[in-house]
Amino acid sequence: MFDLKGYGGMLLDGLWLTVAVGLSSMLLAVLLGLLGSWGKLSRNRLANFIADTYTTVVRGIPELILLLLVYFGVPTLLQDIAKRLGHDIRIDLDPFLAGTLAIGFIYGAFSTEVFRGAFISIPSGQLEAARAMGMSRILTFRRILLPQAMRFALPGLGNVWMVLLKATALISIIQLDELMRKTKIAANATHQPFTFYLLASIIFLGLTVVSMLLQHRAEKWANRGIAGKP
Amino acid sequence: MDLQVVWENLPKLLQGAQLTLEITVTSLLIGLLIAVPVALMRLSKHAVFWMPAYAYILYFRGTPLLVQLFLIYYGSGQFRAELSDLGLWGFFRDAYFCGVLALTLNTGAYTAEILRGAIQAVPSGDIEAARACGMGRALMYRRIILPKAMRLAWPMYGNEVVFLMQATSLVSVITLLDLTGVAGRIISKTFAVYEIYIATALLYLVITYVIVFLFKRIERRLNRHLA
Repeated sequence: MFDLKGYGGMLLDGLWLTVAVGLSSMLLAVLLGLLGSWGKLSRNRLANFIADTYTTVVRGIPELILLLLVYFGVPTLLQDIAKRLGHDIRIDLDPFLAGTLAIGFIYGAFSTEVFRGAFISIPSGQLEAARAMGMSRILTFRRILLPQAMRFALPGLGNVWMVLLKATALISIIQLDELMRKTKIAANATHQPFTFYLLASIIFLGLTVVSMLLQHRAEKWANRGIAGKP
Repeated sequence: MDLQVVWENLPKLLQGAQLTLEITVTSLLIGLLIAVPVALMRLSKHAVFWMPAYAYILYFRGTPLLVQLFLIYYGSGQFRAELSDLGLWGFFRDAYFCGVLALTLNTGAYTAEILRGAIQAVPSGDIEAARACGMGRALMYRRIILPKAMRLAWPMYGNEVVFLMQATSLVSVITLLDLTGVAGRIISKTFAVYEIYIATALLYLVITYVIVFLFKRIERRLNRHLA
């Protein structure tokens, strides 16, 4: 159906990089999500404020603007600060790093809300029981909170992953050679933009469908032993 | 931090914001017109109806908007001769048309899925009661199911509106001078990278929370009989 004119291998390289940047951003997003949800639920006012500002600001700004701000804005800002301090330096961010940081930072805000929801759906009686058993806070978190929160958070995290994966296409704009940019190169060289962009969209669709199936499996696994859950 | 450059370019940024809002509203309205029939088709028991609706929703929700945008804007070039014969090339050559088309098809799919969920969430007791009153299908949809579904869908639709407004920033990639596009152009002239991007981000933030506020107000109004 598709005559790739020898560009198939290149697209495969791009796909690999898309998955790599997706997974590393997701890791960052989950870590930020755990940290952010702790901030939101903490009794510390400063932590509350920082976490609330983080989610409010990030969710109110387009991904593209944040990506451009991280990739172009942050190095320029650091250079200007250095200049004021009397140093003339040049900072260039690696597109992979900038993309991972930007996408991870954005979806960290979304997973913060997911984890917050998951933690508050754990009955407070369990925490009291854990305390009555003499468990320390860290042990309670590790043995009681985290295993159950993970189960509640799984559907939300699955959604975050699927939206995040699609957002990685934006990183092509800052010249990372992921699937989208490889597709653009192939489309320009062969003068068959429709063929190649359609193929790229089908590859992304494939990633989405595989993710949906894995999410279904993971939820089934996480809910094993819970009555009334399929 | 050079605030002077932001102040000087604020009128240009606001002009860009105007295009952002224009594209958002146009895509939302046409998208909604697509979404209602697609949602009803998706709920149909006949494969002729639900399968195309399912495929449309899966494709547009399962692929990045950027790919959809490029597929329409650059991809149409592959069929230039055919489109010219049909007299459609003038549309597909136009970045504005392609941008609105991609955003419309995209939001149409997301909105259809929201509506489907909301229609399915209408309590079966309501539907049984309507049937017991002797309502026909059309009357039941008009008086019971759709008004209730609209109230259920409203908060999620508000999220979709916010996402779409932010997603319009992608049209800057196909040369349109929306808020993001204008920001890029100002930066290429002034080199005030972070000043302009931060100002742009703040403008998006303001638009986002104005939308959120309006949707909350209307939500309260829609549910005023429940208060």
